[in-house]
Amino acid sequence: MVHANSLYGPLDPAPDAGYEDAPPRMGFFTDTSVCIGCKACEVACKEWNDVPASGLDLLGMSYDNTGALTANSWRHVAFVEQPRPSGWATPAFEDTPAGPPVSAATATFGAETATHTGTDPGIPSGSPGAAARMVGGSEFLGMPGAQPPGRGTGVEGRSDFRWLMMSDVCKHCTHAACLDVCPTGSLFRTEFGTVVVQEDICNGCGYCISACPYGVIDQRKNDGRAWKCTLCYDRLGAGMTPACAQACPTESIQYGPLEELRGRAAARVATLHGRGVSEARLYGHDPNDGVGGDGAFFLLLDEPEVYGLPPDPVVTTRDLPKMWKRAGLAAVTMAAAAAVAFIGGRP
Amino acid sequence: MTGPTPADPNEPAGARLPEFRIDRPADGQRRRGTGRGWRGRGAGGEQVTVPPVDFTSYYGRPILKPPVWKHDIAGYLFTGGLAAGSALIAAGAQLTGRPRLRQVSRGTALGGIAASTYLLVHDLGRPDRFHHMLRVAKLTSPMSVGTWILTAFGPLAGVAAVAEVAPLLPRHGALGLARRLAPPVGDVAGLVAAATAPALATYTGVLLADTAVPSWHDAYPALPFVFAGSALAAACGVGLIAAPAAETAPVRRLALAAAAIELAGGHRLERMGLTSEPYRQGRSGRLMRAGRALLAVGATAALLSGRSRALSALSGAALLASSVATRFGVFEAGVTSARDPKYTVVPQRERRDQEGDRSPAEKRT
Repeated sequence: MVHANSLYGPLDPAPDAGYEDAPPRMGFFTDTSVCIGCKACEVACKEWNDVPASGLDLLGMSYDNTGALTANSWRHVAFVEQPRPSGWATPAFEDTPAGPPVSAATATFGAETATHTGTDPGIPSGSPGAAARMVGGSEFLGMPGAQPPGRGTGVEGRSDFRWLMMSDVCKHCTHAACLDVCPTGSLFRTEFGTVVVQEDICNGCGYCISACPYGVIDQRKNDGRAWKCTLCYDRLGAGMTPACAQACPTESIQYGPLEELRGRAAARVATLHGRGVSEARLYGHDPNDGVGGDGAFFLLLDEPEVYGLPPDPVVTTRDLPKMWKRAGLAAVTMAAAAAVAFIGGRP
Repeated sequence: MTGPTPADPNEPAGARLPEFRIDRPADGQRRRGTGRGWRGRGAGGEQVTVPPVDFTSYYGRPILKPPVWKHDIAGYLFTGGLAAGSALIAAGAQLTGRPRLRQVSRGTALGGIAASTYLLVHDLGRPDRFHHMLRVAKLTSPMSVGTWILTAFGPLAGVAAVAEVAPLLPRHGALGLARRLAPPVGDVAGLVAAATAPALATYTGVLLADTAVPSWHDAYPALPFVFAGSALAAACGVGLIAAPAAETAPVRRLALAAAAIELAGGHRLERMGLTSEPYRQGRSGRLMRAGRALLAVGATAALLSGRSRALSALSGAALLASSVATRFGVFEAGVTSARDPKYTVVPQRERRDQEGDRSPAEKRT
């Protein structure tokens, strides 16, 4: 079913994919302001979906030893430690010297560590220079300190800090580049508007991996196929909540009809703003954004790139009609060049 | 390496972390280009000089997953282009009565497409499932479109090339009939193959551009032209090496046109802003420059070669090498751009800051 907005713009994806009487679009709202970093979502996802182990190594990225979303980690809890107080809470070290803040060295260390995720490209190493920048100067609290707060300096040297934690997941985009570029039809749109890989069809061409603007989908090495979050398609069909949302102890991960979640998220942002958390903002909620809005969207407390999210992703297929036109023009040029070369010299 | 030094109670936590590092990536040194002004590695944290704040990231890790395509795909860009260009030259030779050039080019087209098929199947995570590509036909998937172009082109190029063995068949019997039928069948197949060849040579530009890889996507207006020129250059190269000089006058003219098409496209590649950087710098930049230099040498030599076999062969070799260098250069530039969060974050951040009024809830704090 071709729609004017089939490649770009607001759209209800399930009817566009040809479903008649589709149920309401379902999704996740991940409210990072109440995430406690327990990783129950990661564990529940692995348990329910039988996702293989993804290595057991300390990455030096705070408490994040998962590193990134991979074929073997469909939820990933990011940890960011920043030398500033949380907006609304009592500063943790108001009356206590916090000690010398940890340097950029720990962040740069975290940029290059690796673990055997058993996937490709898995967790590619980063740029140490860029990692050093995430600390915003030399006052980064990297790994939790080994000493009691304040040892070695007085009150004057202290800094407050906050932890940002976010459970990342596949965004189930309205305009899903992975799905559009899949040459086998392995990736498909479900009646709930989510995007799922059929593992019996995928032949491991890897196109979806390069197409995803969020770096979500990944390939298992020993198996060769691409894997990602299914938004627990098997549970949805039975009217159940996805495993991660079910396991989340703080309702940071909320599951439900997308329209309802968007309303709830807007109310939550208003509440937080009212409490003085002016940095609270939604990410991926807007049907007018570059991917037509995400099926899984977030409430963040800092810029998206701080959490490893792209600040303004645009689905690559938006430009596809223009790309085919350019290719057609190039093809005509090529044929004309050959024709002229052969005809031009004839007496 | 000596063991960790005893803890100094005043040192910042994490200062000695690098002493415990065991798995430093072998290529870590090379990619440190982005860390300008950053020094003091392993010498204790506080001496680290933080580079200028131009973007933030999550531990400097890439946001995108770099392509999992191996160099098979860069190789395929070359062999597929070579096959397409050769099919066009074969048709031109067929229509203008240049039998040796026709034979050489039909053979190259078949060889190129066979190598392409091998490389494409070999690159799959599940090569035994290559035929799953034939389940669907999707215009939104350049790989699907390419599969069908290859499916049309491959057998036609094969028939055209196999028809060239007709003169070797006996004159009588069933094979005698084949001997008489093969040339016209081969001619028709060759012409139809040539009709699909430009699509085969240029769709690969869309294949790379229709990704989130910054330096590929932003290059979408230029890539099909670069690849069309590169395909013609490679095919001209084989013609100049293998066909007699008496038949290669059109090939020499075509080599010039190929160079013009590719250089015009390449010019645009270098003017896309930040995401042009990988086309100018590092290994991918060196490959692109080598490709351009070899193309200029090859096209000039083709123009001057006249009836000189040696100069023709030299020109042909330069054109072929140019095509290989350009294909690998474009491939590597994309991989580089996906590996560095800078190319993802900075252009998107600039765009969002310009459109600041789009979502008021997301204003910077």
